[in-house]
Amino acid sequence: MRKFDTKVQHLKYKVLREVARLAWDDKLLENIMDIPAKLAPGKEATMRCCVYKERAILGERVKIAMGGDKNNPNVIEVIEIACDECPVGGYEVTNACRGCLAHRCEDVCRFGAITFDHNHVAHIDKSKCKECGACAKVCPYTAIVGRKRPCQNACKVKAISMNDDKAAKIDNSKCIQCGACVYQCPFGAIMDKSFMVNAIDILKKSERNTRGGSYRVYAVVAPSISSQFSYAKLGQVVTGLKKLGFHDVIEAALGADMVAMAEAKELSEKGLLTSSCCPAFVQYIKSAFPSLVEHISHNMSPMAVLAKYIKETTPNAKVIFIGPCTAKKAEAQLDEVKQYVDCVLTFEELQALFDSRDFDLSSFEEGVLDNASYFGRIFARSGGLTDAAAQAMKEQNIDFEIKPVVCDGIEACRMALLKLNKGVLDGNFIEGMACVGGCIGGAGCLTHGEKNKSEVDKYGREALEKTIGDAISLLK
Amino acid sequence: MLFVQVCVGSSCHLKGSADIVELLEKAIEEHHIDDEVVLSGSFCIGKCNRIGVTVQVNDDVHVGVTRENFREFFKTNILDVIESERK
Repeated sequence: MRKFDTKVQHLKYKVLREVARLAWDDKLLENIMDIPAKLAPGKEATMRCCVYKERAILGERVKIAMGGDKNNPNVIEVIEIACDECPVGGYEVTNACRGCLAHRCEDVCRFGAITFDHNHVAHIDKSKCKECGACAKVCPYTAIVGRKRPCQNACKVKAISMNDDKAAKIDNSKCIQCGACVYQCPFGAIMDKSFMVNAIDILKKSERNTRGGSYRVYAVVAPSISSQFSYAKLGQVVTGLKKLGFHDVIEAALGADMVAMAEAKELSEKGLLTSSCCPAFVQYIKSAFPSLVEHISHNMSPMAVLAKYIKETTPNAKVIFIGPCTAKKAEAQLDEVKQYVDCVLTFEELQALFDSRDFDLSSFEEGVLDNASYFGRIFARSGGLTDAAAQAMKEQNIDFEIKPVVCDGIEACRMALLKLNKGVLDGNFIEGMACVGGCIGGAGCLTHGEKNKSEVDKYGREALEKTIGDAISLLK
Repeated sequence: MLFVQVCVGSSCHLKGSADIVELLEKAIEEHHIDDEVVLSGSFCIGKCNRIGVTVQVNDDVHVGVTRENFREFFKTNILDVIESERK
């Protein structure tokens, strides 16, 4: 049983798996050209106009699975030939318009963009339309549709436009690497670059494998893992990671515990703070609200804080972060972070790694994973960071009234930042999460579902440590 | 100077790393050797045992430290070592 939300994810996964198989066997260079034909065999096309185009696109996917275009600094990349050049006409009246008498569309349009011909059929004047969508909402026949590309629709920071060939184009100065477009494009034409081959290389040369390596590889896993790999138990996933060659598996939630303590203190000192856990949110402030950069918490993200701790206490350690997040791939390239985090993988890539070794996770014995507190673990969902910061205030006896503004998704973040910019924000702590739902809505998740939040809460309650102080008391 | 690292990897953690850290802190205070011991945590040392916690003292790894055998462990591997260093 494999669970992905869409067939596009499944296709991407198959490419990753094949690349991983060859990489483990050191056969990547010799056999790389065979992957497209292996995944799209025969003469009949199943996805595109012809099998040759399918293979050409698969070839591009293989490139991205191996790190993508080195000249493009963005970890999110468009496969131009895979882009279906979806229509971008904006709001249009379809032939479902019956030429009714009510003309609700006209009444609701504040821009006077709607006119009628002699049959009372509505027409939209493109030069006046502001694409607010009000007409589409009131039409009793749902005859008005908004034609917007799924990628543009998904990109709330408006980094996606069309190039001269009508293919999607990403403005790197606006892109926050949240991966929303990657997940939403129905043709899989936008992908996050994969550093899985680097991870395999690190694992192959480590102490645990037989090639005489001298270092240990630590897997730092995000708490949202509790809502993933639902066909196996979390303990079995831990065992699977160790079989891949990881020396130990540590919860990023422990880093979250450390961050919660430090951030509570910082907030009480500064009086106003925006969170720094979500790399896409941090990048958004940097690119869209440069004047607010001073309010970003100086604490690094849980991933970076924990990786720093591991590297400082364990000589010859290497750290691979595994999470739901495409923006973490960009965060790991930042100067202040790259010395601590050697590689970032998504859950999608981890699934491909497991299957490239033909692991049957559900048959493994259960390993253990326990380092963090309830509060560290619930960072994975929207609102968790705020709960943890409030708890950390209590535990450290800090007398400060925290007035949180929980922003679920980048649009909510934008609203809060606009208010902060104007000085009308009712609150002193902005918890910003670029993905709706928090990390469990991340683009690198295998599945996104209603019950993921309750899975994370359940996992949180299973923590042995009930307070943040308990969890980090051992780390000195 | 003794560097004492208590394993707080998942396996040891579940077998009571927290207890051992607490006992160590108390014992170090009791014997007034704070200046001679640096206590810290460490992720998996790679010697997961069925019972007890793994503790590394300088380069020596000791497995299976529990509440019950703590006194003995502390004496042979920490107090006695400090004694001999003083001489």
